[in-house]
Amino acid sequence: MGEQISMTVKGNMATALGAKLCRPNVVPAYPITPSTLFPEKMSEFIADGELDASMINVESEHSAMSACIGASATGARVVTASASQGVALMHEMLFIAAGMRLPIVMAVGNRALSAPINIWCDHQDTIASRDSGCLQFYAENNQEGLDLMINAFRIGEDHRVLLPVMVGIDAFVLTHTMEAVKVPAQEDVDDFLPPYKPKYGILDHREPATFGSFAPPEYYQEFKYEQTKAMEKSSEVIDEVFADYAERFGREYCKVSTFQCEDADIILLTMGSMSGTAREAIRKMRGDGKKVGLAKLTVYRPFPEAELREILSKAKAVAVVERNISPGSTGAIYAELAGAFINQKKKPLLKNFITGLGGRDILVETFREIYEKTLEVVKAGEVKEPMEWVAMNEEVMR
Amino acid sequence: MYEVRFHGRGGQGAVTAANTLADAAFREGKDVQAFPMFGVERRGAPVNAFTRIDEERIDIKTQIYEPDAVVVLDASLLDVVDVTNGLKPGGILILNSSKEPGSFDYGDAKVYTVDATSIAVDNRLGTETNPIVNTAILGAYSRVVGNVKLESIFEAITMNVPVKVENNQKAAKEAYEKVKGV
Repeated sequence: MGEQISMTVKGNMATALGAKLCRPNVVPAYPITPSTLFPEKMSEFIADGELDASMINVESEHSAMSACIGASATGARVVTASASQGVALMHEMLFIAAGMRLPIVMAVGNRALSAPINIWCDHQDTIASRDSGCLQFYAENNQEGLDLMINAFRIGEDHRVLLPVMVGIDAFVLTHTMEAVKVPAQEDVDDFLPPYKPKYGILDHREPATFGSFAPPEYYQEFKYEQTKAMEKSSEVIDEVFADYAERFGREYCKVSTFQCEDADIILLTMGSMSGTAREAIRKMRGDGKKVGLAKLTVYRPFPEAELREILSKAKAVAVVERNISPGSTGAIYAELAGAFINQKKKPLLKNFITGLGGRDILVETFREIYEKTLEVVKAGEVKEPMEWVAMNEEVMR
Repeated sequence: MYEVRFHGRGGQGAVTAANTLADAAFREGKDVQAFPMFGVERRGAPVNAFTRIDEERIDIKTQIYEPDAVVVLDASLLDVVDVTNGLKPGGILILNSSKEPGSFDYGDAKVYTVDATSIAVDNRLGTETNPIVNTAILGAYSRVVGNVKLESIFEAITMNVPVKVENNQKAAKEAYEKVKGV
């Protein structure tokens, strides 16, 4: 094994370094805050001769994903990056990428959607594309951003999966924050991730195949069935690949990872960078004798139902803390988690907390407040108000 | 955990200062974070940048509200920005100013001054009207706070400051020697 080099980098640089180590052939991208540094760095790598790839400058994110699809369908390894409105503009092409079973990897700087216009962090952009058929990973810190990019290619390109993968890093909190990361050696990543071998011959007259074809009612449903089965199958592929990565590079990833959950009455379920602050809050609350733990969702698609049931069923109550909202319903994770427990005999009380939208900072105090409100639910033995907004600016509300 | 807030104007290099300080501490085996005030930056407008330094792994992802030290790159900000906002009791305030520390009254904050502008101009960093003082002020930080060695600042300058590396290192050294209040 080669030596891993330690350095301090911003989140966008971390995902760019991760992508570069995977030797992509084509990088179509359209810059958008807060992801702009990613295409900048990729084009620098190419210009400096560190990466042998084609950079395609396009006129919109819709074209960026279109170019990704075309390139990937020729058998190229393809990576791009976007955020917020950019992901929204890609929306229809994301379904096509997934439906054509193309393992494109995209780094997303998770950012709020307009209106009102806002460049800061929440998860609305990727949550809004949750049904596109892309796998979705969320990083807590820059190291995770880098590592998850490498894992994303190996998982997406596995012939049991063949689906696009999004790797989310929180806007500014990660994209623009410098942190220490360990960068694996190129030869070790080459060994972990062999060149992409498409399952079918592509642009090859000896093995003709059709991609993105017309599918009438006799066929369409079966395509969707196969695609859904591939997403389900990705669950075990993720476990295998994460385990292999841990063995080779010494950093462990789980679809859901836990902290202090063994004896916890209340578990906070988090996603993305807020998980670090939640861990800090839990250390402090444990010091005060409170039985609270953390479950961090790294993989949101496929939704790790079985793992969440296993981890959370021992708690009295779970606080689902989300940086997204489906107006007219709840946060996306809450609704799905409720679904995961609905047929179970043993289940915790579930309460949803919406916060951190549009870059509202999620503080240690925010998690204390969430804990206290969840404790009230435990004491009452029932959830009267399933969803609550916390850290509201009361002055604005008046 | 040690938390630092930098105040500057867009274009003066406050963000680079925060990054360079973090990188210097990282070179001494510490865990670090550095980030700008999240948002839009405009040349000349007041900007903030932040650095966290810890012996332990840093998990927290919030912005910094109660810094241990505040570094001000531009004295003209003192009239328009509350630079000691949230500064911990007895915290450190490092000002780019030719005045004596005693000429400032910031309650129980410990005030240090360094004429980083003159040092930058003497070392041909930026221009006389728009000097780049970020590396000089880090030399003063190293002396005053003492949790990052000057040699580590030199190394971090090599990695994070794209031009005039030697001039920047010399500016840091001069500010280290000339900072008042120590």
